Amino acid sequence: MSAPNTPVSAAGAATEEAPLTATAAANVPSTQATESGRSFLPASTLLRHLVTVLLAIVGSVILLEITDPFTNSQLAQLSYYAIAAGGLTVLTGLNGQISLGHGALMAVGAYTTALFLQADEPVALPLILLVSVLTATVVGALVGVAAARLHGPYLAGATLALAVGLPGLAIYFHDTLGGEQGLRVRAPQPPDLFKEFIGWVSGNSATGTKWLAYVGAICLILTYFLLANLVRSRIGRTWRAVRDQEVAAELAGINLGAWRVLAFTVSAAAAGLAGGVLALVIRLAAPSGFTLVLSLSLLTAIVLGGLGSLLGALLGSALLVFLPPFVTDLGADLGLDNTEAAQLAPFVYGVVLIVAMIFAPAGFVGTVRLRWLTYRAKQRAAAARSSSGG
Amino acid sequence: MSRSSRRLVSFLAAATVVSTVAACGGGNNDDGGGGGGGENEASDIGVTEDSIKLGAHYPLTGVAAPGYSEIPTGVQAYFDWVNENGGVNGRQIEYIYRDDAYNPTNTTQVVNQLVLEDEVFAIVGGLGTPTHSAVLDFLNSEGVPDLFVSSGSLLWGEDPETNPYTFGWQTDYESEGKIIGEYIAEEFPDAKVGLFLQDDDFGEDGEAGIREYIDDQIVAAVRYTPGNTNVAPQISELQAAGADFVVGFNVPSYTALSQLTALQLGYQPEQWFYSNVGSDPALVGSLLARFSQGAVSDASLLDGALTTGYLPTVDQTDNPWIQQFQEIWEASGQEGELTNYRVYGMSQAYTTVQALQAAGQNPTRDGIVEAIETAGADWEGPVFAPYRYSADSHMGTSGMSIERIVGNGSEEVQPVRVTDIGNAKIEEFDGEPASPPQNGIPDEESAVD
Repeated sequence: MSAPNTPVSAAGAATEEAPLTATAAANVPSTQATESGRSFLPASTLLRHLVTVLLAIVGSVILLEITDPFTNSQLAQLSYYAIAAGGLTVLTGLNGQISLGHGALMAVGAYTTALFLQADEPVALPLILLVSVLTATVVGALVGVAAARLHGPYLAGATLALAVGLPGLAIYFHDTLGGEQGLRVRAPQPPDLFKEFIGWVSGNSATGTKWLAYVGAICLILTYFLLANLVRSRIGRTWRAVRDQEVAAELAGINLGAWRVLAFTVSAAAAGLAGGVLALVIRLAAPSGFTLVLSLSLLTAIVLGGLGSLLGALLGSALLVFLPPFVTDLGADLGLDNTEAAQLAPFVYGVVLIVAMIFAPAGFVGTVRLRWLTYRAKQRAAAARSSSGG
Repeated sequence: MSRSSRRLVSFLAAATVVSTVAACGGGNNDDGGGGGGGENEASDIGVTEDSIKLGAHYPLTGVAAPGYSEIPTGVQAYFDWVNENGGVNGRQIEYIYRDDAYNPTNTTQVVNQLVLEDEVFAIVGGLGTPTHSAVLDFLNSEGVPDLFVSSGSLLWGEDPETNPYTFGWQTDYESEGKIIGEYIAEEFPDAKVGLFLQDDDFGEDGEAGIREYIDDQIVAAVRYTPGNTNVAPQISELQAAGADFVVGFNVPSYTALSQLTALQLGYQPEQWFYSNVGSDPALVGSLLARFSQGAVSDASLLDGALTTGYLPTVDQTDNPWIQQFQEIWEASGQEGELTNYRVYGMSQAYTTVQALQAAGQNPTRDGIVEAIETAGADWEGPVFAPYRYSADSHMGTSGMSIERIVGNGSEEVQPVRVTDIGNAKIEEFDGEPASPPQNGIPDEESAVD
């Protein structure tokens, strides 16, 4: 009786590499839970997400109009980090694959955008970004085919090679891709419609910085809307099944490899869009902008925010953008000279990461969700006890 | 006349006296044309009645930080000195520098912060070709003066029509290559020359300059990618081609790597020549010690190598500029010794003060650009050769001397020669080396009134 069970449980044990706490955030309902039955949001997932999108649009317009130009530029930066982190969190948190190569996929998107904007009369911006997404998707699909065969450290190693190697292409194809100093991007000017809109909403001046912040916000909301729907669909459930129990998933008729490739491809598409937005915001696509540090920062962002949660990816990215300048300014206020203050920022980020790993291994969103579940369970138990007692 | 209006008159008189005194506060500036008798006004973004705010980006952390992170401390020391002596036209210079870790993504962010949040009057001495490229369009489209970029790329000065607010400062790499090429053609006509080049504008411009003079003498040109620390293939290619005279357009860490690799391969060309950027003996010495894990302890490998110079170096303790900078550095009370990087920073700060003075009592962003274009070519300072600033060129200094590295210092082997990009001829520089003004603070007249 016990003999046939042994291999099964052993196989099951092998996949417990992704501990449930680490991906606790992945199982958070994408918006306000409906399970309580007291939600004011519609029951249909799509409708609920559309309402959220509407709120996000209103929220970002308000945010971008009440903040100063520098915060606008930081929010533009946040948008491309968050888009890439959103894609990565779907890959890592939902499908259990790790990628250290998303910086390189962003480079693909950024170089595509930069090349298209080099033309004397560039095509429309949405089209350029779409092409960037498609290029990165193709590269992502190729990498995904290789990645689907690999696990854990092997996959990390393979994607690491991508992160290190791909930017080198820009140096090899020096004449078209601009070599070490990269391609400079002339960001498109804001259209008149946008200027009228800003004039109508707040009367602020519609600068190039503001326009890019809006482009970033639109791309971010669109990406998160699509990803959230995907995560809540049959596809998302299948990914989770692949992540949690390979054997069970395979027994249920799921082709593990194909679903892994799909997850990698979707994630690469997001990275491509992020790269396109990055090229616009940074006004440059250069190899030194896509170092391994970028890929690792994305990974730390989703881990800090909570693996598998889009909200977590957004929060983690916000930390990435706002923490270093905050720490540097704090250091300067405390009397450190500029060099010491600058060195403080990576140190504090490291400390935050370590502290989070010790005290909140599920990341911000995951930890909050676990606490909430524990609290609910206790309440229910208490309610059950009191009702049975009375 | 009522009592109150008499009081008003005397108050106004007193105010005028006070502000005039403040305007001439430098002591040195009394006869400067900038005074003009008017009052200080908040004439543009970053300028108030008593302060002017400047910003910069440098790699303070990361791979490019050794050496380069010392530059802003030198700039800071010089500005502190100027402020102690009354500032520029009575304005104290507020200097903010931020870390970009030599990553263009960060450069965009910190320059956004400097321009949009700190609201600086100008960016001064932003370091690096790929990093500064990222903000070139932004600064020019926002109309922020982008003075004295710390890089010898031609990007900053060759096209003032496209980038009217950007100015170069140090000798560009092409002019440097030309001066090196001419020197080799004359002094080593039989040498078989190998080029060791960084694979970007730096190596490319340098190579273009050298080839104008010794195209037929070059037996091999190899390129390395920054970040890839294995240069054995490149060095052995030079060895195989039989090069006995190697010219390197590379950064200091690759000077160290090329020396160690040649040592490993048993390759001993008769002469090494490193461009100015890669030849600081103190830094290369410490890098050699680190890379070789102590097997090589100082820059003795570099002894006898040739290099170029456009600024005095710290080993020249009898140079009046170095003596002046030493005094300023000690007065600033910052940690560490005066290094060549700090001398570089102070020299740039010196030019910046010249530009601010020339921009008049109430500088504006457009005014300072005009001032540099009209007056900049006549400014003297620690830099050996004059600047090329005009309405048609924003290129920095035009000439270099050739020096031989001896110990931690260098001795001159060819005096300063000047040239320009393109097919401009190379000529002997006939000017006298400038000596520092009293106090080490320049005294330029306003060029914009």
